[in-house]
Formats: sequence, structure tokens, C-alpha cells
Amino acid sequence: MNDAVRHSPGLWALAWRRLRADRVAMVALAIVALYLVSLLLSATGVIARHWDAEVGVSYAPPSFLGAETAAQRDAPRIKVPPAPPAENPRDPLGPLLKRLRAERAAGQGGIDYYGIQDPLAGDITKLRAKLRAEPDAGVAKKRATLPFGADKWGHDIVQKTIKGSETSIVVGLTAAFLATLLGTLFGAISGYYGGWVDDCFNWFYSVFTSVPYLLLILAVAAVLHQKGVLTIVLILGLTGWTGVYRLIRAEYLKHKQREYVLAADAIGASHASRMFRHIFPNVSHVALVQLSILTVAFIKSEVILSFLGFGVPVGVASWGSMLNEAQNELILGKWWQLVAATTAMAVLVTAFSVFTDALRDALDPKLK
Amino acid sequence: MTAYIVRRLWQMLPTLLGVVLLVFVLFNWVGGDPAYILAGKMSNPQQIANIRAQLGIDQPYYVQLWIFLKQIASFNFGASWSTGETVSHVLATRLGPSLTVLVPLTVMETVIAIGLALAVAYVRGSLTDRMVMIACTVGMSISILVYIIVFQYWLAYKMGLFPVQGWGDHFFDNLFRYSALPILIGLVVSIAPDLRLFRTFFLDEINQDYVRTARSKGLSEPRILWVHVLRNAAIPIVTYVMSNLPSLLIGEFLIERFFSIPGIGREVILAVERSDFPVIKAITVYVAAATMIFNLLADLLYQAIDPRVQLK
Repeated sequence: MNDAVRHSPGLWALAWRRLRADRVAMVALAIVALYLVSLLLSATGVIARHWDAEVGVSYAPPSFLGAETAAQRDAPRIKVPPAPPAENPRDPLGPLLKRLRAERAAGQGGIDYYGIQDPLAGDITKLRAKLRAEPDAGVAKKRATLPFGADKWGHDIVQKTIKGSETSIVVGLTAAFLATLLGTLFGAISGYYGGWVDDCFNWFYSVFTSVPYLLLILAVAAVLHQKGVLTIVLILGLTGWTGVYRLIRAEYLKHKQREYVLAADAIGASHASRMFRHIFPNVSHVALVQLSILTVAFIKSEVILSFLGFGVPVGVASWGSMLNEAQNELILGKWWQLVAATTAMAVLVTAFSVFTDALRDALDPKLK
Repeated sequence: MTAYIVRRLWQMLPTLLGVVLLVFVLFNWVGGDPAYILAGKMSNPQQIANIRAQLGIDQPYYVQLWIFLKQIASFNFGASWSTGETVSHVLATRLGPSLTVLVPLTVMETVIAIGLALAVAYVRGSLTDRMVMIACTVGMSISILVYIIVFQYWLAYKMGLFPVQGWGDHFFDNLFRYSALPILIGLVVSIAPDLRLFRTFFLDEINQDYVRTARSKGLSEPRILWVHVLRNAAIPIVTYVMSNLPSLLIGEFLIERFFSIPGIGREVILAVERSDFPVIKAITVYVAAATMIFNLLADLLYQAIDPRVQLK
């Protein structure tokens, strides 16, 4: 074997060289890598471990806005409706109300304890006395502002976004991995064996594609009932394999006729060995591109599912659950959680899509 | 032609049967015992047994499947578990509002996306082209939820240009008052991906020989683009739009939910929340059938667009 042959660059080396030349793709890759590093750090508990500590006051504004002034905080947001007229001459309950008012004015009435002694009365009086003596005891000092504000419970939005990104990206990646695995496996078997096996898988494929994707997800969500990260990964992974299947099957149909596969057959390679040791490395770039396309799609789906309450359970931060809270906060004028979740997601998804496009172009220059 | 349609309809049967089996396995086998959902928190074994007998789920699986098949064939899925309304009535009343939003949205979306994509394809490779593509990528990366929340808050709640949500009794009131903002949001969300897709369809055509010929015989650029290129690029566009229609019926569910539009999509969400299996089962089977029919319609349209296409 001469040197020239040994050193001829393979598909991956060539693709990497093309990718390196694309400056936009490299920036996108750096951003994606940054998210992955943050994911690793938060998953191992180095950062954002205490995201659910209530460090700020409720809805603490971002530091760059400054703390809410007392006047702003106390200003009534809802106009107090004018008090109802004291006595309505047509009110059928008029006499009753009059009697109750008279009782109240006389100092009787109110809550009737029916002669039952409050068992906690002694403790409460003691606690009240203690609280009067030292008003700040037992209450942690809460900050009036946080770098990017706080949510309803006073969680730091920056840490919450980091934790939410972890959940969303992990769900997206795992589900995409599962879907790609299933699609590749089905596509390989179907394309390689052909015949009735192929017919069976094709039937399976047309059944899954004739039900709209979102409806299928919702139907599975309705049936599974329990919430959790694993459930949502399963829902997305088990329903999303169809696109991968179609492409991988077409590749296997093409490759099984090639000479190197016939040669592998001649030296006695088994079916499994031909499918996965010989053919798969030659079609793996298709699977890789599909994996990254699916990751983006599943991150978006996870956000919608969690928003609707079919996704991650209560108490787990994800971009979807953050948007769910942000919807009500916006009416109160608390925009920071919405902006944080949206920006974090938009930056990642844009970078990931740009990188996916570049990856596809680099791996398959013909397609451009 | 008739023979072709009949054969295509005949070929749909196995797939439809597969969908029915999938739905059956999901809801009658994976889904657990619905009697416990129906009976509520306070239940005794007697009640549970009654409900099971009523629904027929005390029968063996093959009998249950037969009941389900009969329901589909007779378009009678029984009554909703949560409201008692018959499922056919639920579907019939929810289809109108969905279509009121969906039809104008699809027409406007397709026309606008085709126009923009032709313009962008015409100036391909230029700075404008690249800027538009970047804007599309960024626009697509923002969740549809954010568009809905922000548009509803700013345009409807803050500025009062549209009603915040609601639905009326009169068709024109619904179309022009209540559907306006949902359609606007639908357009904003769907034009970016459509534009990117249609642009690639046009780019495939715009370098063909017939375009050069048309140009050399002195046709105006608008005529080349709108008549020659558009007709040749129409087949993938028709496939895309037609096969998307039934799934849009479901895909609209977020908009319908936010704007309280009593449509099919919102019904699906409600049914999932209430574990209302008959409604989900019926919608799944019907939408799957609609998807197949629309794919057939798309194939029939091809022949109208391109006489070279032979339906075999």
C-alpha cells in the first residue's frame, strides 16, 4: 500500500475541512458547544444547582431597571370598585342585612365558634409576641433586584433559564437520538431485506404518516397520563422516526447492490455484519444530519407540550414551562421571564439550524 | 381516470385499517381502564362493572375491535365522556370555526409566500436574498407560543386593534373581527418556512434551459417568472399545501386555544385534558382519512397542472 492511498482523506475529514472553511457554521457550532457546556455544568450541579432557592422578592425586576419604588409597588393595579350603596330598598335580603349590620355594630356576631376552643390559640399568641419582639427573625434577607429579574416565587431568572435549557436540550437530544435509532434500524432492515419485510415496514410507515404528527403526540400523551421527562422523550421518539426511516431505507436500497457489499457477501459476512459494519458507515452521514434536524424539531415540540401541561412535571424548569408562567406575567408587565426563555431558545435553535444546514452541505456537496 | 381513483381508494384501505389498529391499541390496550376515569374519585366495584359493561370493555379484545370498526363504518362514535354530546355533533359544530380561520389563512399564506419566494429567487445570491434567508431562520427559531403571547398582548390587549379573544354567532363577524388576529399570527408564523421551501423549488427551475429560451425570445421577466417558472414549480408546491391541509386542522390548536375559537384543534386539547377518548379516537381516524384523500386530490391536481403526468 503506498502512502498516497493511505493518506487520502476520508468522508469525515473532507467534511470537517469544508465545515471549517464556513465561518458562519463555525460560529454556530461554537454557540451550540457553549450551550452543551452549560448543560454539562448544570447537570453535574456546578452551576444553577440552587435555581429553586427563593433569593429575590417576588417578581424582583432586573438590576438594570433598578428596584421597584415603594410607590409603584403599592399603587393599586386594579381599580377598587366603588362601594355598593349602603341600602338597596329593593333588596329582598334587606331586613336580614340590616339585622346583621346592627349585630356587628353592637360588637357581637362575626364568627360563631359554637363553643369550641381554638386548640392553637395559646401557640399563636406566643408566636405573635415573639414576632413583635424581633420582626426579622426567621425571614431570609431577599434581594430587591436580580441580574435578570425573578419570577413569582423569587427564583433567579438567569439560573432558572440555565436549568430550563438543560431540560429542553436533554429532552430534544435524547428523543432525537431515540427516533434516529428507530428510523435507522427500521430503514436498514426494510431496505436491506426488501420483499415482504419492506412491505410490512412501508405499511407501518404510511400508517404513522397519515396521522398528523401533533395529533399522534397528543393522542399518546392522552393515553400515557403520567408526566415526566422520560414520558415526553418516549412520546417524541416513538412518533418521530418516519422521516429518518424513509431516507435510510432509500440509501440501503441503493447500497445493497454496490460491489463492496457483494464482496462482503463473498467473504462470508453475515447479514447483520453487512448491514451495520459495511453499509452503515457509508450512510451514517444521512443519520447524523437527520439527528440534528430532529433535535431542533423536538426542542420546539417539547416547548409546546410543556406549555400545554403535557410535558415536564410541575417543579421542573423548561423553556415551555417558563413560557407558560410568562404568559400570565406579561399582563402584570413582568416581561423578563418571557424575554429570557425566548432569547435562550431562539439563539440555540438559530445556531443549531445554521449548523445543520452547513453540516448537510459539507457532508453532501452534490446537494447544494 | 375513474379506474385510477377507484384503485387508489382501494389501496387506502390497508393504511386506514392500520390507523384504526394503532388507535385501538393506544386507547384500548395501552390506555388502561377508562372505567376508572369515568367513575371518578368516588366509585365502588359495582359502578365500575356497570360502566365497563356499558362501554363494552368487559368483552374480549376482538369483540371490542369489532365494536370500534362498526362505530367507524356507521360514523357513530357514541357520546363524549365528559359532556355527553354525541361525537358526530361535536365534530360537525367544531369544523366550521376551524375552517373560517384555516381557509383564508392557507390561501393568503400560499399566495404571499409564492410572491415573496419568486422575488427572492429572482435576486438569488444577492445581499437581499441572504438577509431574507437569515431573517427567516431567526423568525423560525422563535416559538409560535411567543408570537401568540406577544401579538395578543400588544396588538389586542394594549393597543386594542383586535378583540383579545372570542367567537360570535355570525359568519362575517367571526371572519373579519375575531379571525383577523389569529390569521395574522398564522401568516407571520408560516410564511418564513414556506418562503424558504418555495425558494428552493424556484431555484431548481430558474436555471433550466426553457427559462433561457424564454428570455432569449424576449419575454418580460415577470412573465417568465409568473407563467413559466411558477407552472413548473407548482407540483411540489401543490403537494406541500395539499398534504399540509389536514394537519393544519390540528396544527392550529394553539391559536384556537389562545383565542377561544371553538374549533377542532381546541377540541383535541380539551379532549386530551379530560381523557375524553371517543373524541380523540374519532378525530384521529377522520383526520387520517382526510390526509389520504387530500394526497389523492393532490395527485389528481398534478395532471391539471402538468399534462405530461400520467396517472397509472
